[in-house]
Order: sequence, then structure tokens, then C-alpha cells
Amino acid sequence: MAQEMRIVLRNYGKIDPLKIEDYIGVGGYQSLAKAKGMGQSAVIDEVRKSNLRGRGGAGFNAGMKWGFSYNTPADQKYVVCNADEGEPGTYKDRIIMQNDPHTLLEGMAICGYAIGATKGFIYCRGEYPYVVDVLNTAIDQAKASGVLGDFDIEVRMGAGAYVCGEETALIESIEGHRGEPRFKPPFPGVAGLWGKPTVVNNVETFANVPVILEKGAEWFSSIGAAKYPGTKVFTLTGDVVNKTFFELPTDVTIRDVVFGMGGGVKDGKKLKAVQIGGTSGGFIPESLLDTQVDFDSMSAIGATLGSGAVFVMDEDTDLVDVIDRITKFFEHESCGKCAPCREGTKRMHEIVSKVNKGLATADDIALSERLGKVMTRACLCGLGQAAPAPLLTTLSHFRPEFNAKLG
Amino acid sequence: MADYNEIISAFKNKPGGIIEAFHAIQKEYSYIPEEAVVAAADAFDMSKARAYGVATFYSYLKVGKRGKNVIRICESAPCHVAGADKVVAALEKELGIKMGETTGDGKFTLEFTECVGQCQATPVITINSVPYGDVTAEKVGEILAAYK
Ligand SMILES: Cc1cc2nc3c(=O)[nH]c(=O)nc-3n(C[C@H](O)[C@H](O)[C@H](O)COP(=O)(O)O)c2cc1C
Ligand code: FES
Repeated sequence: MAQEMRIVLRNYGKIDPLKIEDYIGVGGYQSLAKAKGMGQSAVIDEVRKSNLRGRGGAGFNAGMKWGFSYNTPADQKYVVCNADEGEPGTYKDRIIMQNDPHTLLEGMAICGYAIGATKGFIYCRGEYPYVVDVLNTAIDQAKASGVLGDFDIEVRMGAGAYVCGEETALIESIEGHRGEPRFKPPFPGVAGLWGKPTVVNNVETFANVPVILEKGAEWFSSIGAAKYPGTKVFTLTGDVVNKTFFELPTDVTIRDVVFGMGGGVKDGKKLKAVQIGGTSGGFIPESLLDTQVDFDSMSAIGATLGSGAVFVMDEDTDLVDVIDRITKFFEHESCGKCAPCREGTKRMHEIVSKVNKGLATADDIALSERLGKVMTRACLCGLGQAAPAPLLTTLSHFRPEFNAKLG
Repeated sequence: MADYNEIISAFKNKPGGIIEAFHAIQKEYSYIPEEAVVAAADAFDMSKARAYGVATFYSYLKVGKRGKNVIRICESAPCHVAGADKVVAALEKELGIKMGETTGDGKFTLEFTECVGQCQATPVITINSVPYGDVTAEKVGEILAAYK
């Protein structure tokens, strides 16, 4: 059976998050000192070799990303932490920040040293004002004790726009604009915040960095799945016995997460579906539960690991109703910059609502499928590209549920 | 209550600080007065249209008056399947208003929100951003009592 393994949550419950002495007492900020002794490119190499891949959803090699910014000459560079955490069903970054804020600051400072940045921003969602307080306390303590050296960190608040989790929209928001994604390239690593080279990483990604520097790339890369090593923090929601969070090595299966750690479906019911990665993730039927949760294994079954949210639905769940709700989410959160997403999310919600009300025909479903395929390819950013995934995956695995509601 | 002009001037020299300024105003007023958007446009040296565009882009920010206590109900899928609709019905009944409305005495506003990141305890509501988890129709009266 799967066992918890705590790397990013190694200090959870063991230290007082509001006391820097506690963090320093368990070896905190020693990895930053070690990094400074290694030299910039050696730090980047170490992180690259560890094969730490982004925990915010896209799974990009963190060391490689840092390398782009390191290699781009500029008078100012930035480190940005993505703490927007907008994927419904996800609260892992909150758990990390509330319980061990200094590990995030240390990870960011190591990145700052490695790429040559003296300024960092944490973009924390506006719904977490109490987390912002914890972060500001930690930053004040770190500055007062001098551990960060010449690296400065500032918290900026999001304001309830899911799209601002997308890295270029996030950058626009820090700049004080509407959070509309930019065209890529150029990527933020080369031209990001105020046009300067900017590393954007997720909270959980940064939280891994101090441990990797402490224990080495080889140690890290030997944990979990070979191509997506380390651990992942999962948050379980829906009809599951243990509605809580777990940190697990990445070579466990979906079944391990839902039935092992999660304790299975509530009230002795049968499972209908699991949606992983948040509201933009694909729906997974029982027959695919033995899939490993790592990034590549999930992609191979047309699902995602995403943020690590695990939404469990029992046999009584009305999937069409859930998809109706999800398509409404995307209609609401589309920023409106590109037409395929602005129009597509609206029409998709319209069609699914029609199915849910028992007023649709088979032609409507065919149309929504075609619309979904167009959006996946034509939308500007990941929001619109992923928005059809819940509908398209339920149509491939649970089509009878839709047919049963046709008028 | 702090004057919004004072709040804005505290953020004036922060690059991109207009959103932080809006947050600080909303914390004080529970919303952003229309005139404050105009004042912010001036302070951050942008057109009124642009400042208004920023303020209205973000669903956590509200331009124009609303109640002193803002109750938001999460309607994201995990809260939805956990019975958010029953919580909505109980709140509407208790306050005598519909979603999106404000009570006559200006004390409460009811709004929907998407996930607020407290999904270990669905269904979730927030009152002035303070989260309450595992909310049931029965608990609504008790939770509201503290704000009446
Ligand atoms: C619509 C949308 C929402 C996103 N939301 C988040 C988020 O809340 N947190 C996050 O870390 N990444 C989010 N991402 C991914 C970011 O764009 C980016 O890939 C990530 O922050 C990079 O960090 P990482 O490499 O450490 O994962 C989102 C992407 C899209 C398209
Ligand atoms: S889904 Fe409602 S708080 Fe996360």
C-alpha cells in the first residue's frame, strides 16, 4: 500500500511557522548558504539534474527554466512565485504556505541567487488574506535576520481571476493590468515582468528546492516515477472517506490515492468517476484507476496530474449536472481576449445546460464535441485549451449518461 | 473610515500598485466607491476607462456599494456536489434576499464565488473572506448571529 512521504511538507506540524528560529533550528536557510558556495551555474545544474518538474500543471523542468533566465543578460531579473491556486478542489499551496512559509522563501532566494535576480514576488490569491499575513510575517523575520542577503521578496494579491494562474496573465496582473494572457513566445524566462527575464514557479516547486540542494539531485531523482520524480501533494474532495491532503511519491496509482490513502468511496457506495488536476482535468473511469499518477502516465490516458486535486464522484453522481457546473465555471473565468475561448466557453455551457435540462438532441452533443476540439487547438492560452477536457473525456467514457438525458 | 485618497496615495509609488490599492480600499469600505476608481486613475496616471477596466476585471473586487458583510458561497464542483444549493436556500431564507442582493439595512450581501481553497470542508462559505466549512442549512443561523 502507498505510504506518505513528506518532502515539501517535511516540517508540517513540527515547527511554528510564525517563528523563523524554528525553521533555522531544523536546518532552514542552510541550503541557501550552500547554494551561494556552489556558484550559480552549479546550482542550476543540480536542480536540472534532479529532474524537478513544475508542480503548477505544465510539468516543465525547473532547472532548465532557470537556465533560460540565467543565460539572458539583463540589468534586472525577477523570481515570481505562483500562489494563485485557483483550480477548484486545490488547497495544497495554502497548506505549504501556512505551515512552512520559510521553505518557500528559501526556495525563491536560491532561485534568485542562481539566475541573478534581487527581487521576488509572491502572487497570492486574494481569497487567502490570512495566508498573505503569514507570508508577510515570514518575510519581515527573514529580512530582519538577514538570511535573504540582498534578495527582496514582496507579496502581491490576486483578486479572484482564475486566468491569473496562467503565468503571463499573472505577470500582467502584478504590473497592475487586467489579467489577460500574452502571446508566447517570448516566454517569461526571457521577457517577463516589466519585460525582464522572469522565472515563474509554483509554490510546491519552490518548496522542493531547499531539500534538493541539501540532499542532492541524485537522491531526489531516485524517488517516485523516473520521468517525474519526487512527491506530489494531493487534495481529496467529493465522495471520499478521507477528505484531506496527502504527499505521496509520484509512482503511486490513482487507485492508491483514492482507495489507499483516501479510504475509498464514502458510505460504502461504488465509484463512478475521478477528476484529477482540478476543474480543467479529465474524468477518469474505474477501469483506468491503475494508472500511475505521474505527469506522463496521466497524459497517456488523456488525463492530467495538474494541481493534484482529486475529485471523487460516487455512483449516484449526475455527471451531466457536474459538467454543466464546470462549463459555467469556464464561461465565467474566460478573460475574453481570444474569440475561440470567449465564444466557445459560452456556447459550450449553453449546450451542456440544454442537455442537463433534457432539451437537447444528439446533434447538440455532436456540435459540442466539435466545438471542444476546435477550442483545444485554437484558444490562446491553457484556460480555453483545457476547458473542453472535462466534457470531452466524459463523452468518451460516460456517453450513456448524456444520451439518457436527450429530449 | 480612512479616506480612499489617503489609501491610494500610500500605494501610488508602487509599480503596478493599483490592484493593491483597490484591495486596501475594499478592505476599508467592503467595496470600491466609483469615485475611488477615478481617483486611482489619476494617481496611477492612466485613463479612467483603463482603471475601471482593471477594477471590474477581477471578481473579488466590487465597484459600487454593497453590504457591510459580504457572504460568498462557493459553487465550484466539489462544493456543488456537497450541497451548496441547500446552503444558498438557507441563507436566502434567513436574510430574506436572493443571491446577488443586499439586505435593506445594508448589513449583508449574498454572492456566489468559485473555489476559495478550503475544499477539505465542503460546502464552504466566506464572510468578509473568513472561511466557514462543512456548512449546513441548520448551521447558517448560528454563523450569521455573530455578524448581526
Ligand atoms: C488557466 C490557467 C491557470 C493556471 N493556474 C495556475 C495556478 O493556480 N498555480 C500555478 O502554479 N500554475 C498555474 N498555471 C500554470 C502556470 O501557467 C505556469 O505553468 C506555472 O506557474 C509554472 O510553474 P511550475 O513550472 O513550477 O509549475 C495555470 C495555467 C493556466 C493556463
Ligand atoms: S470547491 Fe468550494 S472551497 Fe474549494
